[in-house]
Amino acid sequence: MNDHASLVQFSIAIPLVAAFLTMFVKGWGRPAIQIVSVTGFAIPAILALILWGVYSPETAGGYAFVSDMETGLSVIGVSLHLGLNGVALPLFVMAAIVGLAAGLYAAQSNAENLHRYLACLLIMQGGLMGVFASIDVFFFYFFHELALIPTFIMIGVWGGRDRSYAAMKMTIYLTLGAMLSLIGLIAIYVKSGANSFDLITLKAALAEQPLAESVQNYAFGLLLFGFGILVSLWPLHTWAPLGYGAAPSSASMLHAGVLKKFGLYGFVQVAVPLLPDGVAQWENWIVWLALGNVLIVGFIAMAQRDLKQLIGYSSVMHMGYAFLGIAAMSVLGVGGVVLMMVAHGLTVALLFMLATMIHHRTHTFEMEEMGGLAQKAPVLSAFFVCAMMASIGLPGPGLANFWGELSIFLAVYEFNPSLIFAVVAGIVISAIYGLRSIAAVFFGKESDDFLEVQKEHAVVDMGWHERVPALILIITLFFIGFFPKTVTTGINDALKSEAVYSQTAAATPAHDHEH
Amino acid sequence: MSTELLQQIAETNRWGAIYPELALGILALALLALEAVLPKFAHGLIPRISILGQSILLGYILLFDRSGCCSGEAFGGMLSFDGTGQAFRILFLATSIFVSYLAMVSLEKREFPRIEYCHILLVVSGALMLLAQSNHFVMFFVALETATVGFYVLVSYYRTSYLSLEAGLKYLVMGALSSAILLFGIVLLYGAGSNPALEGSSADPLNFSNLYIFLVANPTDMMAIIGMLLVISGIAFKIGAFPFQIWVPDVYQGAPIPTTALLAVGSKAAGFAMLINMVEVFEPLKAWMYPLLSGIVALTILFGNLAALTQRNLKRVIGMSGVSHAGFLGMGVLASTQVEWATNAVVFYLFAYMLASMAVFAVMAHLPKNDDAELTIDDLSELSKKNGFLGFALAVGVGSLAGIPPLAGFIGKLLIFVAAFQAELYGLLAVGIIGVVISIYYYFGIIKSAFFEAWTFKDEELEEENPGVPGETLQLFGKLAIVVAVTGTIILGFWQGPIGTWIAG
Repeated sequence: MNDHASLVQFSIAIPLVAAFLTMFVKGWGRPAIQIVSVTGFAIPAILALILWGVYSPETAGGYAFVSDMETGLSVIGVSLHLGLNGVALPLFVMAAIVGLAAGLYAAQSNAENLHRYLACLLIMQGGLMGVFASIDVFFFYFFHELALIPTFIMIGVWGGRDRSYAAMKMTIYLTLGAMLSLIGLIAIYVKSGANSFDLITLKAALAEQPLAESVQNYAFGLLLFGFGILVSLWPLHTWAPLGYGAAPSSASMLHAGVLKKFGLYGFVQVAVPLLPDGVAQWENWIVWLALGNVLIVGFIAMAQRDLKQLIGYSSVMHMGYAFLGIAAMSVLGVGGVVLMMVAHGLTVALLFMLATMIHHRTHTFEMEEMGGLAQKAPVLSAFFVCAMMASIGLPGPGLANFWGELSIFLAVYEFNPSLIFAVVAGIVISAIYGLRSIAAVFFGKESDDFLEVQKEHAVVDMGWHERVPALILIITLFFIGFFPKTVTTGINDALKSEAVYSQTAAATPAHDHEH
Repeated sequence: MSTELLQQIAETNRWGAIYPELALGILALALLALEAVLPKFAHGLIPRISILGQSILLGYILLFDRSGCCSGEAFGGMLSFDGTGQAFRILFLATSIFVSYLAMVSLEKREFPRIEYCHILLVVSGALMLLAQSNHFVMFFVALETATVGFYVLVSYYRTSYLSLEAGLKYLVMGALSSAILLFGIVLLYGAGSNPALEGSSADPLNFSNLYIFLVANPTDMMAIIGMLLVISGIAFKIGAFPFQIWVPDVYQGAPIPTTALLAVGSKAAGFAMLINMVEVFEPLKAWMYPLLSGIVALTILFGNLAALTQRNLKRVIGMSGVSHAGFLGMGVLASTQVEWATNAVVFYLFAYMLASMAVFAVMAHLPKNDDAELTIDDLSELSKKNGFLGFALAVGVGSLAGIPPLAGFIGKLLIFVAAFQAELYGLLAVGIIGVVISIYYYFGIIKSAFFEAWTFKDEELEEENPGVPGETLQLFGKLAIVVAVTGTIILGFWQGPIGTWIAG
């Protein structure tokens, strides 16, 4: 199995190399830049799919495609240890696919200094591939930051309204989150006494001798708020809608779709398995704050008039479900979270891309100034309806999201039945704002403002250059929706090997719900 | 003094062991000689010869003498050589090369003589190297004063600019004060350590090893404690630690860019070389010293970052951010009392800081504005558009100063944080995080000005005096220096290789 380890390394290195190359081919004109960068996105996607194909569930629980490389930080037990397990692989593939879609879309944009724009996006992509492929906790963090920095630059340079303020607010919030989680990780490293940042070594050491409860307590607290800020946990979420609103669409796609999953992935793979007592201590906090995400942010989302802000808030809201699933601490709940992370990543990326396509036609994000777009652009409206239904979690186009959310709801019900009311209320809320946005944008009468715009710019439907990236995302969504077992088997096997998750009795595996 | 003592001292004179310092001294004299010999039109070569000579020396040390050819004491216990000392030598030499390059660029713009500058710079660098390896308070003080006197000249080098003169005067007054404090501390230690009534006293208590033996025997001697306090205060002045940072903004602003760079990197690093030694010597007084240092470190981080928030002048921002860096480095020094490799982490941080600062100063030197004391953040506006190369260098430098991965500055901060955690300095870590988050604001301001397009008020009349294009003065040679600093910063962020092994000890 380790024969394919180099494929993992290539899928991280190729986007970074391509980013470097764009600087040199800029003189050869736009097509050269586009070819180089699209290749930089396409190869990792192909490699990720190959890895998915050859990954056999027998090795699940452990890591496959493992490689280890010294980079010089042996003094603190850091080495570039790469590999994928059942939880990491689906996210790795999702990152590659969303990256390809975002890259294809970005390559056609008319951004100023296209080569720099694409270079930033490629660096982000390299970091994202690295995040999910890292077994070493330090590099896990390191790759996250590598992907994060270009986001700030892209918002500041190519962003929309309020970009300067948004970029600064996001930078300060996320730096705080990153610093808190860094100290939390250092705490685990120092207190474990294993002299290693390696996740496997850490797990083995802590399984033998768990950390003292007080240490687990504050380390988990640091990680909860550190990762929490990065995942936009209420009430530390305010950077997210603002930042996504201001970011160029490809950056929003990659950040909201993939990079934000870093924090959740950190909970699933690092924080919860290493600090089980800490979770028990903070469980109530997680639940209450997550309810804040679902209900309060849900109501805020209902009040939005701006399409991009609406999608931003809806993405923050869905993070609440993920936190609830983690709090349940069962294979079912956490497995649902991982599946939802994959599905949500694809969905939210699709939504941000479609929102920008709508903007190209209406020249506004204000939903009141749109209306009736379905007559002029039926394909676009079909895509958007699919994406929004998926986001709400309705069975059908949103089957993948549905399976994830359903598993979470079942786990939450087992964990604390009274919470189910809040969760169901959340579904209603998201149905209200989702369907209302579809109605406002695509149906009804064309607003006067939209008619004004149409006088100057004729509205055309989606061309193939727009359909291809959208199709990539939507086909993947459908595939996971109809064949969830392809994803969940690996997730379940990996989670069952973790003592923390498998202890919970009566955990029904998620793939039982396959139809 | 008996002839025996002199003989004994002469026997320990190992001139070969201080070849880098001697080489710098000879080079410094050679520059003056060349000025007299060479025809006028060839004078432009002399700074280049200086850089070349230093580069050869640095290359030799890096290739053949990385860990230091000699160890142990020499010159009658005046100097003591070890791996850390050698690392500081490399640091000072590299700093000196970058500063020579900065001097070449920015002094040429103002048409000030460059040969004298290079001469004094070499002498100062040699003195800083000796300072880092001193093992005796006499050597310590003489080396320090040699460097400081050189600084007095370098700070007020723009003799036609009142800001530079003001900076020179302030540095002179404050420097003299700090020297006096330091000297008074040394004298108190001498008095305490040579008191024959006390156990462990010796005829030569100014030698660090003798002083250590004395302090172990008398950890509560009040005179020694006050002496320690004063010596640490004198060092705190050099590194710009709170509450001795008051000279930093004005002096940094008024001094020529190369001098500011030398103050920010060389002087600060020398201060830390001293502090690392002193922390070991004063270890028996830890009941007093650790709380004192912790307080200084915490306040330095907070003050430096908060004071930098409101600055618009570029050199002042960098100066105040340097104050906060002194705090982080101090955290590393404190950790080194518990964690062995923390000393090496401090050295690594200093290297990362040096590379990043040099990249930023090099960008500043290539900005079109003539009077570098008045460079503000607004002068950077649209830098990335006007000159992408300088913009990128600035971003990497500032990013590394801010401690953003994947740059060297992040690895430096990480190592210091891990060491501090192992040393259980939780309170300082909390302050450190707050400091990092605050610092993002002003570093971000610099990046914003250089990269993000902003609507600016364009005054028609002001437009006429065309400020020129940034990077006009950039030559191939200058690009090389910036490329070295930038690639060094990036590579050290990804891959530390043998340096990492060295840190582990």
